[in-house]
Amino acid sequence: MTLISTRRNDTVKVVSHNPLVWFARRILSGVAVVWAAATFTFLVQCLMPGDRAQIVINVRSGDVGPAPAAELATINAKYGFDQPLAVQYGKYILRILHGDLGESYQQHRPVAAIIAEQIGPTIVLAIAALLMAWVIAILTTLLIAGRDNIWSKLLSGAQIFLATAPPYWLATILLVVFAVNLRIFPVVGESSPMGLVLPTLALALELSGFFGQVVLNEFTRVLEQPFVTSARTRGMSDFGVRLHHVLRHAALPGVTLSGWALGKLLSGAILIEIVFARQGLGGVLVAATSSRDVPIVSGAVLISAGLFVTVSLIVDLSYRMLDPRIRLT
Amino acid sequence: MSMLAEVTVSRPLRELLAFARHVPVRVAASLIIICFFALAAVMPKVLQTHDPFAIDLRSSLQSPSIAHLLGTDQLGRDLYSRLLEGAGQSLAIGLGATALSMSIALILGVAAALSGGVFDSILSRIVDVLFAIPTLLLALVFVTVFGPSVLTEVIAVGIGTAPGYARMIRGQMLSIKGTGYVEAAKALGHPFPRIVWRHILPNAMNPLTAMTTIGVGQAIIWASALAFLGLGVAPPAPEWGALLNAGRNYVIYAWWLEIIPGLAVTAFALSVTIVGRHIQARLEGKS
Repeated sequence: MTLISTRRNDTVKVVSHNPLVWFARRILSGVAVVWAAATFTFLVQCLMPGDRAQIVINVRSGDVGPAPAAELATINAKYGFDQPLAVQYGKYILRILHGDLGESYQQHRPVAAIIAEQIGPTIVLAIAALLMAWVIAILTTLLIAGRDNIWSKLLSGAQIFLATAPPYWLATILLVVFAVNLRIFPVVGESSPMGLVLPTLALALELSGFFGQVVLNEFTRVLEQPFVTSARTRGMSDFGVRLHHVLRHAALPGVTLSGWALGKLLSGAILIEIVFARQGLGGVLVAATSSRDVPIVSGAVLISAGLFVTVSLIVDLSYRMLDPRIRLT
Repeated sequence: MSMLAEVTVSRPLRELLAFARHVPVRVAASLIIICFFALAAVMPKVLQTHDPFAIDLRSSLQSPSIAHLLGTDQLGRDLYSRLLEGAGQSLAIGLGATALSMSIALILGVAAALSGGVFDSILSRIVDVLFAIPTLLLALVFVTVFGPSVLTEVIAVGIGTAPGYARMIRGQMLSIKGTGYVEAAKALGHPFPRIVWRHILPNAMNPLTAMTTIGVGQAIIWASALAFLGLGVAPPAPEWGALLNAGRNYVIYAWWLEIIPGLAVTAFALSVTIVGRHIQARLEGKS
């Protein structure tokens, strides 16, 4: 009996170690996350206080007065608010499966088109900031890890400060100092490469503090490993060891961190786009939130859930490539 | 008898003194900042130099000076006094949101860790889904649906920050569940609820204090971010987020109206973070 059951467990293990099976399972769980996010946005919309048709009319016209019954009925029929919730839910999910995220209450255009138009600059900002944050974090780590002098104390203090300070505040300081007073960079709303520098720096500073702290811990741990001493005794310079050996070993948690930073990047990008009046998702989302244009906000939630799922899949895949010892299940 | 009484009275005092001697400068400075803002929250009148609502158009948009420590706004109101007036509401929003997110996280995290099996994986999936949505976006959903108000701000920030804490609490509970003393209590035949109440929860509480302390700072930052975007409310008291939102229009002519309220938010958040980390380090050093 025991023999058979162990055997069965072994086959299960072999199957789950098969990369294709692993990949299929990851895709399925990713789809489940997006589906659950859709369910969440649907449920939250149902909780909306007041009559939804009335809210849609108010959002459109900008008035606050009650609408005539005929108008309410048209809206109810158009969006299907008069149908049972189960039917509404089914239709909502079906539409999402067809890539239709609904229509903006205010702009009368498909949400998918509105977001597609605006997401480009946001993604450029986010990726530029991610890269810059890594450059800052790695440089400071190389300089301060394992050293105990005034500079290392100052820099690690700066990391805590940057990781805590609100991104919109750092962005405002950069704006006031470099654009308003020193006039080095354009003030606001510039989409040229020069206009990208300050927003990127503002977003990167917060992340670099956050990355730096985690990488510093990992780096200090690796510095104590025997192979570091061995490389030093072979005559390699201290900085060389740090660059060639220690950095490579600290790369793995770095990959995970980049994936985790996605949420921080998106939240931060929204705020920073507002500070610099940049084109992008931030402006659209804030306008939609204050005018209660629900389809745009819930569309953005779905897109970011999809992004999150994709990015964590990429993170796991690169983990398998960077460290073949890891067998993910 | 008298000696015993003396010992019991002076012991906490001596411990306090011993504790104070070991407090690093940055932690002491943070505690002073926290106490200052807490005092401002409870009785702002004591620290104010001007009436925070007095309009004086002749001295509008003045930069920081002796007469107006942190400058004045477009209506000539003293920024320093307004900042102190708003401290109460800002700290209340931060505390409320933290209380909400910790309650949600405790319920989800404890239930998931203790039940295990299918229930655990369902709860963990729910947390995963909430985690997949950026904090600010999650907060925006709640503001869109319920409209801007102080209560929405607390709910939005509370729910937005809960998933991260729920994950941490679940991990914490799981690691305690596997320790020797829980195994021993099980072997002694203690009923499970008693083990949870007497052994698991108290041991999970210590790291939680550090987490909550840092959480209050984070909650104030997120709430101020919402207000900065103009999605908070304009309460009668000049709450920090409201000051930030008002200052945005003047940032080019009067930087202090934007930078200084942000500095207050940052100083408070940084102070609670430093104190929280200190608590964490001490707890870890002991165990």
